Amino acid sequence: MRYLPLTPTDRTEMLAVIGASSVDDLFVDVPAAARRSGLVDLPMHEGEMEVEHDLRLLAAQNRAGWQGPFFCGAGAYRHHVPASVDHIIQRSEFLTSYTPYQPEIAQGTLQYLFEFQTQVAALTGMDVANASMYDGSTAAAEAVMMATRVTRRKKAVLSGGVHPHYVGTIHTMASVAGVDVVAQAFAVDGEAAVIAAIDADTACVVVQTPNVFGTATDVTKIAEAAQAAGALLVVVVTEVVSLGLLKSPGSMGADIVVAEGQSIGNALNFGGPYVGLFATREKYVRQMPGRLCGETVDADGRRGFVLTLSTREQHIRRDKATSNICTNSGLCALAFTIHMSLLGEKGLRQLAALNHSKARQLATALGQIPGVEILTPRFFNEFAIRLPHAAQGVVEALVRMGIIGGVPFSRIGAGMDNVLLVAATETTSEKDITLFARDLKGALTQFNADTNGEAA
Amino acid sequence: MQTVGRPTQPQAVSSIPETLTGARGLLQDEVLIFELGGWDKTGVDLAKPELDASDLGDLVRTEPIGLPGLSEPETLRHYVRLSQKNHAIDLALYPLGSCTMKHNPRLNEKVARLPGFADVHPLQPQSTVQGAIAVMDQVAHWLKTLTGMAAVALSPKAGAHGELCGLLAIRAAHVARGDARKRVLVPTSAHGTNPATAAFVGYAVEEIAQTEDGRVDLADLEAKLGPDVAAIMVTNPNTCGLFERDIIEIARLTHAAGAYFYCDGANFNAIVGRVRPADLGVDAMHINLHKTFSTPHGGGGPGAGPVVLSEALAPFAPAPWIVTGLDGYTLDENPDGAFGRMCAFHGQMGMFVRALAYMKSHGADGLRQVAEDAVLNANYIKARLSPLMSSAFSGPCMHEALFTDAWLEGSGITTLDFAKAMIDEGFHPMTMYFPLVVHGAMLIEPTETESRIELDRFCDAVLRLALAARAGDADRFKGAPFHAPLRRLDETRAARNPVLKWTPASAG
Ligand SMILES: Cc1ncc(COP(=O)(O)O)c(C=O)c1O
Repeated sequence: MRYLPLTPTDRTEMLAVIGASSVDDLFVDVPAAARRSGLVDLPMHEGEMEVEHDLRLLAAQNRAGWQGPFFCGAGAYRHHVPASVDHIIQRSEFLTSYTPYQPEIAQGTLQYLFEFQTQVAALTGMDVANASMYDGSTAAAEAVMMATRVTRRKKAVLSGGVHPHYVGTIHTMASVAGVDVVAQAFAVDGEAAVIAAIDADTACVVVQTPNVFGTATDVTKIAEAAQAAGALLVVVVTEVVSLGLLKSPGSMGADIVVAEGQSIGNALNFGGPYVGLFATREKYVRQMPGRLCGETVDADGRRGFVLTLSTREQHIRRDKATSNICTNSGLCALAFTIHMSLLGEKGLRQLAALNHSKARQLATALGQIPGVEILTPRFFNEFAIRLPHAAQGVVEALVRMGIIGGVPFSRIGAGMDNVLLVAATETTSEKDITLFARDLKGALTQFNADTNGEAA
Repeated sequence: MQTVGRPTQPQAVSSIPETLTGARGLLQDEVLIFELGGWDKTGVDLAKPELDASDLGDLVRTEPIGLPGLSEPETLRHYVRLSQKNHAIDLALYPLGSCTMKHNPRLNEKVARLPGFADVHPLQPQSTVQGAIAVMDQVAHWLKTLTGMAAVALSPKAGAHGELCGLLAIRAAHVARGDARKRVLVPTSAHGTNPATAAFVGYAVEEIAQTEDGRVDLADLEAKLGPDVAAIMVTNPNTCGLFERDIIEIARLTHAAGAYFYCDGANFNAIVGRVRPADLGVDAMHINLHKTFSTPHGGGGPGAGPVVLSEALAPFAPAPWIVTGLDGYTLDENPDGAFGRMCAFHGQMGMFVRALAYMKSHGADGLRQVAEDAVLNANYIKARLSPLMSSAFSGPCMHEALFTDAWLEGSGITTLDFAKAMIDEGFHPMTMYFPLVVHGAMLIEPTETESRIELDRFCDAVLRLALAARAGDADRFKGAPFHAPLRRLDETRAARNPVLKWTPASAG
């Protein structure tokens, strides 16, 4: 076994030092009824070459994004990640280190976390950010829990634009804690209706911009209404690149901003691991979940960084902790911070502008197809369209033409069977757009013919 | 100067001067990215957009964001310099008890990056991701077989998230039979995530006492069990590194009270392939793929915390469920009976690929050997260190050896001082002050991927330090570390006056 350094001789000699006659002696505390003498019913070990081959065969059964036109978004986005990002995160010192609990020998990790927190605060327009959460959806649920602690109220109002998986995650986590989760009906302009639902019991209002249908919203008025009622405004961002073009949630009055950071530095990975961003105002810092890195000095007065304010956390506060989170998304946060350092403000703005432009080009092309209606009024790099047929079937027909044509809303939420969510990024070429428009038109013509045939 | 043919000759000096720049040889003094001046710089080349953002009106961000950029060579230097200030498994034994810092095979990194896994969207048509769902199905099969359990929820993103998943399934099972319950019992030695999770789910947390020999006190458990107890959360092997001898009885008592047995499986590494949790009466258990199945800790994450479930809890497992049909796999993203969803999408796919590569590499035979070598290595350390240091409990340990600070009494040296002195000797300290049940705890977990030579190197270093401590060489400990990239840091100051980001004003 290539990963196990002990030899049979080592084992014999070590048992002698221990004073045991066999390794079984070391397992004496296991009740006899639970001791298994034989091997479990699984295959025997394999060499590196064989394992790689097995996994390559499995990987080959998936259609990778690069293989053809690709338009999926809905909370996960296909962006180009510079090669140096993945190189750096695979350095042993980052990949194979633990949580930086011993700061004297973890300044590498701690300094990038401090840089990460600073970048996230700047992007979101907030005072402070933590050292990452699992992903955007769990960060959103934590934001709701935090709002209930800050306001001592137990009701969360979710706009009809919040990603249905986020609604589900919030519901799962918050409802057991006795929070009344009021989720509004899904709507393209879902943020518009949220103010009416705010009342004196509301702990927070959760809105998303750009929302799951791609709609970008100025949430200033919602912030004012929430705060007038003593509630907090939680803003969810699932496409963090949008913050290079759109007003920051902080500048519009958000109290907590949570985001999915996958777009910067991290691959699609079929849904994980990703990286949750969590930012808030200074006055709420002691109610935040998750790890925080802070600046200090060492015994010689040199600047250094440590994990701090940990009396909020489970390992100190146990059942009184602000969250149970322990392991977070450190390495994905590193990927984020390296990619963001490569971009800089200049690159991020260019990237965002390019994404937006590609989406506008896509909308122009799709909007010309008879029967296709663009639903999203103002979008960043993603929008919803209505088709004359169920989107699920259309997407499957497109797969047969070599196109991954977006996410049918029905895949994630109930109702709106004919709505398709499509996204474009810097990775989308003009040829991709042309092919998509051509084949979508073809597929719809075919569907029209089939339905007319059936009706006849 | 022409140095060819002039061999250097070391010369003795009377004192070592401080460097003028703050660097120390290979170790660079590296400032923050915000201090490198890249306010108008970028390290990427992007095409010009065809269309502008006039359609967005006043939604457009006009104020500066405040993000510096670096060219690619500067970026590499910055992060490589930072990396050299970190300890890592690839550098030396990393004996953090409860954390299972084992070797991370590079094959796993390679296969996780195959475009067929990395460049696949969670919501693209399921017919185009049959291989990805197959990976999930195979991981599920291995975990179910290794634990003997009926089902597994793959989506939890770490151990603590798995605990949440397990308790939510338990709660759903009680609610389904009209029997809402209020309390969860947790031993004093438990990891902080256990009580934190129970409280998050709205349960009152009550502690179970521990016996003299570091295990659950059965009498206390029995006294505290009652019709309002939803679950017990017991770690096995426990956080003292001991197998709970009475575990079958613990499960029996728990079930008799109508409660469920949640097992914290963070320490599964000690028993994988030798003991199946199902045979112990467990109802739900999370498995940290970033511990037992070697997905890298990555400086704090990401991990993955799949939860195996018994027959009784399986019907409540969260979305998604894997369904195998005649024409392949489907992911049921809205299954009837599920208590909800733990997160967006389907869990930590990147970790599933790595864990599957790890499991296939070891096989049934290798995984059993993993447990045996992990336990052997821990007992070897325990045997070698016990003559000088006070072992917390007698008898064999499992995958980690627990010591108290009794042996330091009167020396003026604390567990913390001792740990910091280990840094100077080139080792990461052991876990300190956890579990809370013994005084000045030092918890050492070597894992199975340490060689005899490295174990001896570690034991020799610790023993020499222990002798120094006993000989009253307090200076070596009180100010330690002296040779790390930084000296001891002022954590009190950091907490009293939190500086959580760089600001132009704080630039010094
Ligand atoms: C005993 C025990 N339980 C639970 C956890 C929490 O696991 P995670 O950090 O993956 O959330 C840990 C991890 O440190 C642990 O050691």
